[in-house]
Amino acid sequence: MSGKSTIKKNGSIFSPFKALKFLFKKPHTLRFPFEQKEASPRWRGFHLNDWDKCTGCGNCADICPNKAITMVKVPEIEAKPGRKNERPQIDYGRCCYCGLCVDICPTGSLRLARDYIHIDHGTKSFTLLAKDEKTDKEHFVSKENYSLFNASLAHRMSNNEGFVSDLEYSLFEPERVPMPQVPAEERKLSFIEQVIGYSREEAKKEASRCLECGLCEEACPAHLKISDYIRAIYEDKPVDALKKIYEDNPIPSICGRICMKPCEDVCSIGVRGEPLAIRWLKRYAADVVEDYVSALNIKPGKPTGKRVAVIGAGPAGLSVAYFLRLKGHDVTVFDSLPGGGGMMRIGPPPYRLPVESIDKDVNYIASLGVEFRFNTTIGKDVLFEDLLRDYDAVFLGIGTTVSRSTRVKNADKAMLALDFLKNNKIGKGVKIGREVIVIGGGNVAMDVARESIRLQHIQYPGEKTVTKTVSLEDWDEMPATKEEIEEAKEEGVVFNPAWGPKEIRIDEEGNIKGLQCVKVKSVFDEQGRFHPTFYEDKEMFLEGDMVIEAIGQAPDFSFIPDEMMKKLEFTPRRKVKVDENGQTSIPKVFAGGDIVNLNLNAITAIADAKVAAEGIDKLLSSK
Amino acid sequence: MDERELELFFGPQHMGMVGNFSITLKVRGDRVVEARANPGYLHRGFAKMMEYRVWIQNFPLVCRINVMDPDPYELIYAMGVEELAGIEVPERAKYIRTIVMELSRLASHLAWIWAYGNALGFDTIGQWSMGDRDYIIDLLEFLTGGRIYHIYIWPGGVRRDLPDGFEEKTLKILDTLEGHLPEYDDVFFNNRLFVTRARGVAKITKEEAIELGATGQVLRATGVKMDIRKLEPYAAYPYLDFEIPVREDGDSYSRMMLIREEMDQSISIIRQCFKKMPKGPVYHRVPNPFKWKVPKGETYVRMESARGELGLYMVSTGEDKPYRVHFRPPSLPHGILILEKLLKGASIADVGHIMMSLYIAAPEVDR
Repeated sequence: MSGKSTIKKNGSIFSPFKALKFLFKKPHTLRFPFEQKEASPRWRGFHLNDWDKCTGCGNCADICPNKAITMVKVPEIEAKPGRKNERPQIDYGRCCYCGLCVDICPTGSLRLARDYIHIDHGTKSFTLLAKDEKTDKEHFVSKENYSLFNASLAHRMSNNEGFVSDLEYSLFEPERVPMPQVPAEERKLSFIEQVIGYSREEAKKEASRCLECGLCEEACPAHLKISDYIRAIYEDKPVDALKKIYEDNPIPSICGRICMKPCEDVCSIGVRGEPLAIRWLKRYAADVVEDYVSALNIKPGKPTGKRVAVIGAGPAGLSVAYFLRLKGHDVTVFDSLPGGGGMMRIGPPPYRLPVESIDKDVNYIASLGVEFRFNTTIGKDVLFEDLLRDYDAVFLGIGTTVSRSTRVKNADKAMLALDFLKNNKIGKGVKIGREVIVIGGGNVAMDVARESIRLQHIQYPGEKTVTKTVSLEDWDEMPATKEEIEEAKEEGVVFNPAWGPKEIRIDEEGNIKGLQCVKVKSVFDEQGRFHPTFYEDKEMFLEGDMVIEAIGQAPDFSFIPDEMMKKLEFTPRRKVKVDENGQTSIPKVFAGGDIVNLNLNAITAIADAKVAAEGIDKLLSSK
Repeated sequence: MDERELELFFGPQHMGMVGNFSITLKVRGDRVVEARANPGYLHRGFAKMMEYRVWIQNFPLVCRINVMDPDPYELIYAMGVEELAGIEVPERAKYIRTIVMELSRLASHLAWIWAYGNALGFDTIGQWSMGDRDYIIDLLEFLTGGRIYHIYIWPGGVRRDLPDGFEEKTLKILDTLEGHLPEYDDVFFNNRLFVTRARGVAKITKEEAIELGATGQVLRATGVKMDIRKLEPYAAYPYLDFEIPVREDGDSYSRMMLIREEMDQSISIIRQCFKKMPKGPVYHRVPNPFKWKVPKGETYVRMESARGELGLYMVSTGEDKPYRVHFRPPSLPHGILILEKLLKGASIADVGHIMMSLYIAAPEVDR
């Protein structure tokens, strides 16, 4: 047994007297409060919360096993997407100091301090709207000014952090399930779709990361019920997920591929980790359900006999048609292209958005009884005035279809981005140059450059080719998404940021020789408006045999008769002015999408369409 | 003069009571004729509460079942969930868990030396042992951030790695404690007054102990070498070298001496853990608590807490909360069946220390 034991079998009467020696030894006891004991560095005491970091996501309140945390509205904080104006308030009559709130906090703003003494006469002083010394100068004092006799929730020591969040032990998974993609070396050789898509297991695992705080839903322009559909995917019910998506977004297959995903920018897990792959999960739900018609079982509303004309089968037009059809109206959609999708059909290259994915969404909307009239140009095949006469309401979802030109010398020799993209995706194809210069730094420029790389590999296999971009903006202000820029770099696109085009040089036969560029001083003026300035003495010549301009698009209103155009009001930023119902200044004409909003993306177009659909329905029901 | 039979209430308001617990004694003279244990004062309905909380929310709750020895409850819950969900625990976490278990055992034993000494009127030993217990609690505070409820062992491993300096601090405190133990012997365990009061009192035979469901010191004092750490080793116990102290007499004295001897073993186990502990992760991340569904199934896991076999029966129906949780605390048979049996015929003066010698934790009985 134990070698150390000094136990005797029968005990002794005298041995206890040995304890007398302790009379002369220093006691172990601390004389509190004159002698104090430091709390451990991990002490779980009262809460600290960094209000600048806290997003008000409320996960702390949800995890609290004692319901000690209430999210309280704080009027002085301005609520914006991704940042609620609510902050946790802790009831110390309930708190058990377990620290689950700290381990679930995605931002790491909520921490526990090393103070734990609360002396107060009031019985209602037990709740605390947690702050820290950064924003609360009144209640936090320095170590020198701290007095134990005043210690309370209103008198706390600053720089006294205890139990803090550690990503290695967090209750959420900060890392995303990686999306399988075709590697750059392989994908640049063809127009194969780059993103392969999640498998069932991958999608479920990624969906399981969602904390359901709902910050994403506020940030989404169309306010999709993201938490709900992600939960459905997690529970392996993709049809339920798709139904949830269809409540607010009738083009999931398109949006699951090209959405600008403002939701992911605000995901609470994204603050310190990687945000939920919300877009890819939507894509998963849209792809895994093969037959929408039988799966969704959505029926158009009771026929009203009202007729609505929709001009443009882009995201706005498709959405407004869908929502109006559900309300029972007869909807006819006109588009000059041979199929639906609008800009989605010609803009995003096939490796990002294949035509089959667009048709899946469009065909489903058509299956509900929406009539599509493709290859029909308003103002030419059908007159706008006729539409106004024959239909009860007209919706303009025409988008921006005319590419802008730089108008530098010999700009007429250059190709325009939309012509290039359109011809390449649904037209006859483009004969690409060996040395291509793309002007522009936005997402369309990235699409053009990356398509160019692919065409070069297809048309000149094994030969030396190059695609360059020139943009006014420097790396940090380039409008294209980081993702696009990175992927373009991977595929071999050469960037020339902060250079402005000056002149396209041509030889005697009129062939392009290259682009003369001038160094950019600044792109925006002090008010943040677009106003580029240049160093006139710093020039550069880029060699090339083809120039494509991708510097932005404008809408084409030429189909609207002049006298009516005069009545159409615009905002100061040249957008069509609509009221809260989505109606323009012309009665019974509604509008949405890129001609109305400044975001210029599909999901905002859907949001506009929802408003307009309600507005049109209101107008038609009142008649 | 005729002796009358009287009914006497021992607790819950009684200096010598183990907590919120009481015994109703029928006495004749100063002899107990019959004793009836009255639990229920501390019933908090933990098992039911747990059915309404998601898996991770239960982990700060379970430690509260036994104030004096809370960590085994955290471990048993973690073991149950890990078994149902098929979670592997990293090696290093197993060692850390073992250290925490033994620190908790030491703290519990030290508190009990105070409680038992108190019941016999020995004050000095109680002050020393409670003082030394505070050093252990300081260590646990350093490791976990809490003094009494550590909320540290969770499904998947432990909540944080050892802080810098923990090993040195622990070894130093173990040395201090080991230096104090001979003093404990001098003043208490070798004290003739204790030996005389405790030896031969409240004897239970091996057969009776087994029949009544005794475990821990109560069983081992009757000569049965039963300890789950050896029988079904968990955490890092399979890798460690230690002995199970056993005594033959089955009396109050043997039970207390086992508590004393186990402390030597615990100190040795902790030292071994530090020597053998590998480096590496201490936590295997469990799924998001709001979406975590533990697969359907049921399990019974058991371990050796300071007081004996602690068991947990848990059923999952594949939902985000447990369907049914049932604890098998060691104090339940000790505090009711065995206590009632051993008090029969005892002297009133012995009631307190018989109860203490059974190492009963009232909050465990009630839950």
